[in-house]
Amino acid sequence: MEFDFAEEQPKFLMLMYGLIAFVAVVGGLLLLLDVVPAWFARRREAQLVAASVSGAPLPRRRKQGEGLFALFFLLPTVLLLTVGLVVPAIRTTLLSLMDGSSTNWVGLRNYSWMFSEGSIVRVLINTLIWVVLVPLVATGFGLIYAVLVDKARFEAVAKSLIFLPMAISFVGASIIWKFVYAYRGEGDQIGLLNQIVVSLGGEPKQWLLESPLNTLLLIVIMIWIQAGFAMVVLSAAIKAIPGDIVEAARLDGVSPWQMFWRITMPSIRPALIVVGVTLTIATLKVFDIVRTSTNGNYDTSVIASEMYNQAFRYGQNGQGSALAVFLFILVIPVVIYQIRNLRQQREG
Amino acid sequence: MTTATPTVAAGAQKTDGTPTTTAGRVRKRLNSRTATLVSIVIAVVWTIPTFGLLISSLRPEDEIKTTGWWTAFTNPQFTLENYEQVLFGRSASSGQLAGSFINSLAITIPSVLFPLAFACLAAYALAWINFRGRDWVYIAIFALQIVPLQMALVPLLKFFSTGVTLGGVTLMPAWDLVDEQKFAQVWFAHTCFALPFAVFLLHNFISQLPGDLMEAARVDGATHPKIFRTIVLPLITPALAAFGIFQFLWVWNDLLVALIFAGGGDETAPLTVKLAEMAGTRGNEWQRLTAGAFVSIVVPLIVFLSLQRFFVRGLLAGSVKG
Repeated sequence: MEFDFAEEQPKFLMLMYGLIAFVAVVGGLLLLLDVVPAWFARRREAQLVAASVSGAPLPRRRKQGEGLFALFFLLPTVLLLTVGLVVPAIRTTLLSLMDGSSTNWVGLRNYSWMFSEGSIVRVLINTLIWVVLVPLVATGFGLIYAVLVDKARFEAVAKSLIFLPMAISFVGASIIWKFVYAYRGEGDQIGLLNQIVVSLGGEPKQWLLESPLNTLLLIVIMIWIQAGFAMVVLSAAIKAIPGDIVEAARLDGVSPWQMFWRITMPSIRPALIVVGVTLTIATLKVFDIVRTSTNGNYDTSVIASEMYNQAFRYGQNGQGSALAVFLFILVIPVVIYQIRNLRQQREG
Repeated sequence: MTTATPTVAAGAQKTDGTPTTTAGRVRKRLNSRTATLVSIVIAVVWTIPTFGLLISSLRPEDEIKTTGWWTAFTNPQFTLENYEQVLFGRSASSGQLAGSFINSLAITIPSVLFPLAFACLAAYALAWINFRGRDWVYIAIFALQIVPLQMALVPLLKFFSTGVTLGGVTLMPAWDLVDEQKFAQVWFAHTCFALPFAVFLLHNFISQLPGDLMEAARVDGATHPKIFRTIVLPLITPALAAFGIFQFLWVWNDLLVALIFAGGGDETAPLTVKLAEMAGTRGNEWQRLTAGAFVSIVVPLIVFLSLQRFFVRGLLAGSVKG
């Protein structure tokens, strides 16, 4: 009850500076863009007047103005992306070839370390389990639920409830589920999962300490969050199937099972791929859940959390960067797959 | 008519293997009832963990730590003390989340506005201004979407702490930020990381505006900035809202960027960082964790529920058109 509001003032001041900077930059840019062309227009007008007076041929309108506009419109984005993403990404690639303090070149040693060190191999295996299970189960569940809910009453409410975890932070979700997995040595259980186990006659467990079960339990959290995303996108795709196709198939007397596999599935295939790819990439980068639930202990670490630990806790910039680069390499084939699919779709 | 497929498909889930000869209408109604029931049951199960957290956050400390939250229905005892403690308490263990709440706000608002404005400008240029190399710029920005932000963290942090020197010449001095000034670092990082997706999403919308409209405006002598302000901006408000919500949820819920660029100090740490820390060091203080988690959830939940329509639309535009 002794919260002192005055102590918070510097933060608001900083926020205000930020907002002022925003207005100044964006407003200034728009103003500049308004003033400069007006100046050019006046000059051109003057040229035209001069030309018509002297009887010389009218100067042609130059196309350069367009490029100048484009430059200003694109300037902030291109600048920020270069400074904040492109150059750092290149630097990270270089750092991954250097030692922990980034002074000596070590060649590919960080990469061979990654595949030989037992604990890191474990990390890679965990990541593989995540990447296989999360997209598969979340998309599968999302699809079944989208089909199921489509003809149900209270569709909107049911969908909102499934979709709701999307709004919850991974940190919040991890705490929610840590509470579900909570364990007490004696007395009543306070965690729902242990309570269920006990009431079924089992022994309560410290779920998050038991490898490899704990990785699966963390994966449940991710699926719980992402299934809603899959469901919403797939539901929209199902609703977009043209009614006459369905009608024609029904007149031909296809069974519901055939209808699902021959009509529904091919129609929503693009959406399925997009959902799968999006979830795969999101899963590859998963960090918050592992960090909040177990901090990567008890054999639950994944690439992103290990990268954080190496680079920012142990000061091993080289090894951390190598993990980041490896993460990037893993993302590439997924994206190529999606691009190829998109192209096929467009041609087909 | 469009709902016919799912009807049949759901039937496939239920009635597979049991050939039905009953009249279609009866079966349909039965199916629809089963589907409603099953989907509501699943939705309820899905919500139970969150519900349990909410109930627990309102129970007295002793009760939370000794009995399951489901006993609250037979033995209801509720209090707001957990929230008071976790928000305003002064003891080191309480969390002092009120300050972190303000930090979260201070981080989130500019981190939404900057990428929104910059991406909007860029997307317009890429869609409607003719210049050489336009496609290449677009492809480059598009491709940057796949670079994981992990690729940028180490050098970007170094960039802030030591500045940029090229061949002995200081191009940019170190930012040397302390305390709440570190917000600027977080804004910068979030803006950079958000831009590729933001440009892509807004480009999807802006490029689909009718070309005749632009043409007519050009013929009338309007310049690009004028078209941008008076025609394009009003037309793409739904897209701006969609991206705004998306970015808001992303930044508010982010842990990694905040952890690295804001740090864990009381002056800058947002709710996610504070909560993750509490979950690690005080994992059994459930009275604090439950209330704290709910404090962090409540704002995105409100934003999400009130603006869900925009969010879903943005999601579909962003992902399905891929």
